[in-house]
Amino acid sequence: MSLLEVVVRSVVVLAAFLVLPLLVGQTEHKVMAHMQGRLGPMYAGGFHGWAQLVADGVKFAQKEDVTPREADRWVFRLAPAVSLVAYLVALSVLPLTSGVVGADVGAGVLFVLAAMAVGILGPLMAGWASANKYSLLGGMRAAAQLLSYELPMVLAAASVALAAGTLSLSGIVEQWHPLWLVWQLPGAVVFLVAAVAELQRVPFDMPMADSEIVFGPLTEYTGLRFAFFLLAEYAGIVVMSLLFTVLFLGGWQGPFAAALGWLWTLVKASAVAFVVIWFRVAWPRLREDQLQRLAWLVLVPLGLAQLAITGVWVVLTT
Amino acid sequence: MTSTTDPRELTVGVGAGGLATADMVLNIGPQHPATHGVLRLRLVVDGERIITAEPIIGYMHRGAEKLFEVRDYRQITVLANRHDWLSAFSNELGVVLAVESMLGMEVPERAVWARMLLAELNRVLNHLMFLGSYPLELGAITPIFYAFREREELQTVMEEVSGGRMHYMFNRVGGLLHDLPAGWLGRVESTIEDVRGRLPDLESMLVGNEIVHARTRGVGVLSAETVAAYGVSGPIARASGLDVDLRRDTPYLAYDQVFSSGGPGRVVTRTQGDSLARLEVLLEQVHVSLDIAQHCVGVLGSLPQGPINVKLPKVVRVPEGETYYATENPLGFNGYYLVSRGDKTPWRLKLRSASFNNVSVLSETLPGNLISDMVAILGSMFFVVGDIDK
Repeated sequence: MSLLEVVVRSVVVLAAFLVLPLLVGQTEHKVMAHMQGRLGPMYAGGFHGWAQLVADGVKFAQKEDVTPREADRWVFRLAPAVSLVAYLVALSVLPLTSGVVGADVGAGVLFVLAAMAVGILGPLMAGWASANKYSLLGGMRAAAQLLSYELPMVLAAASVALAAGTLSLSGIVEQWHPLWLVWQLPGAVVFLVAAVAELQRVPFDMPMADSEIVFGPLTEYTGLRFAFFLLAEYAGIVVMSLLFTVLFLGGWQGPFAAALGWLWTLVKASAVAFVVIWFRVAWPRLREDQLQRLAWLVLVPLGLAQLAITGVWVVLTT
Repeated sequence: MTSTTDPRELTVGVGAGGLATADMVLNIGPQHPATHGVLRLRLVVDGERIITAEPIIGYMHRGAEKLFEVRDYRQITVLANRHDWLSAFSNELGVVLAVESMLGMEVPERAVWARMLLAELNRVLNHLMFLGSYPLELGAITPIFYAFREREELQTVMEEVSGGRMHYMFNRVGGLLHDLPAGWLGRVESTIEDVRGRLPDLESMLVGNEIVHARTRGVGVLSAETVAAYGVSGPIARASGLDVDLRRDTPYLAYDQVFSSGGPGRVVTRTQGDSLARLEVLLEQVHVSLDIAQHCVGVLGSLPQGPINVKLPKVVRVPEGETYYATENPLGFNGYYLVSRGDKTPWRLKLRSASFNNVSVLSETLPGNLISDMVAILGSMFFVVGDIDK
């Protein structure tokens, strides 16, 4: 791989990383608004407020960057980057269509899950370093929540990898068959729930719970660093939706996959992102202990059962 | 997944004992998203579990009672409709009823029924506000838009008759400011019909949602004894099985006719006393109030034309004496203790507001709960900070 190719690939991934989250963000504005009988942003940019998030970004950039005096300075300042970069790294190995991927990694499933696990450190660092009681509570909630949701997520992903016989993301898509929608369904549900919990989105947004602990780990953040955390959330939705598409929905597979594969991937991922947004409009948030009960008593057993079913199936058919 | 099962405890051992912990003092408020106003709670927490809770009030104290003493009765009405800004009409109603009872004044029948109609619409407005804000505290962002759509419709008819959308200032000693506009009753009726038709949308997002159940059932249980001991009233008291409602028990206006058998009025009660029961009482009271309002529209339509207020002298002087007049405000008992020395201003006007008593019970309910439950309980106490601090 020449240096030029590496640069081009990096720039393209970075561009996707900056554009897709904004698209998801704007979609969320509009979807939520129309579900609630409102219009949402209408002025910025002229046509249905398409530039609202750009305007928000400009505003965030103008704000003062405050670091509290008692805060652990370096940890506090580094936290947004840790959150954000993890998703950027994860995005770089997700295939758009056959042969189109930022970096083709052999054990892609493992790589993505490992990269996203690093992102968890962001809220934890922010919560601990802010020297704020609300942040601390939020950080603790985030730690408890994110740790308990790694396991079901890994179990569900392992089931798919087992069924495909490969850890490569592209390999999984190539092995995918519509029947997977049926017999990998429990795994898909477990993965989606775990993904929403990992993203700290409603109904699992306890680490941020604004009506309880103000804004959790983000309470003390201002300006661009705050914006980076928000961007990380939407980048997380993009990564999770794409990953869900690749693992469970057959990625680029569909009619005319040779020409329209990229479109199929994006359409399927958008549908998943839409569902994630829909959750936020429809539901209140659970309590932290109720979430833990859901994780350990429902999702982990379900994930294990799925893994067992897949294992038996693979052994019987090969 | 239910919240009624006992919490499991996991002790992580270091050496022989558990981890050493230290209690943390957490100030919720006076600036905090869950206190919608400037209520402050001083919590001592062990992790997320609350050990003690102390409501600290007074950030919004404006000395209303002292201000009453240097104002004549019409000016008092302006001031009195502000402490509970969600129940403005009911607040001003209490003042004028107290003054009228001391003057021994007979109010025209049309005024009585119009007041009752407006008071019930005000009750619906108030309840809709809490039916929107309480889910917001539980993390659901949509119900408040549904609730506010209905509030807008009702505020439009209130605005048409009084000119105000929040502080109506439509009551006068002896009746109402002016007569109802032509055709207004018909518009009220169709608005009531619309609101009633769309309420199921809101209800399905609240009592029809599993997560709302999980967050509120069995949370913040108030026993009927505690309720009685703290003087808690209104929907919160009724959710604990205390069957009190001043509209039925000490009828004012024409509520005795509405709450008699065959009338549309009934007192909504629950026995569980938890946050869910309080939410259910509020929801059902909206239906009852809409029924009463509709009944009032019917009666007003059949009454002959006539005056809607009593001609007053230039200066209203209340004869020497004292009285206590309590009404059933949307949030509970709202009482005025009026002492007059025969001047045009009262010598003393003591205000007994509902939220003050309703919030004082928090120090009893909160300990032992998690911070998340604290928000669920606080929100289900349906308080207005101005009504606490006066």
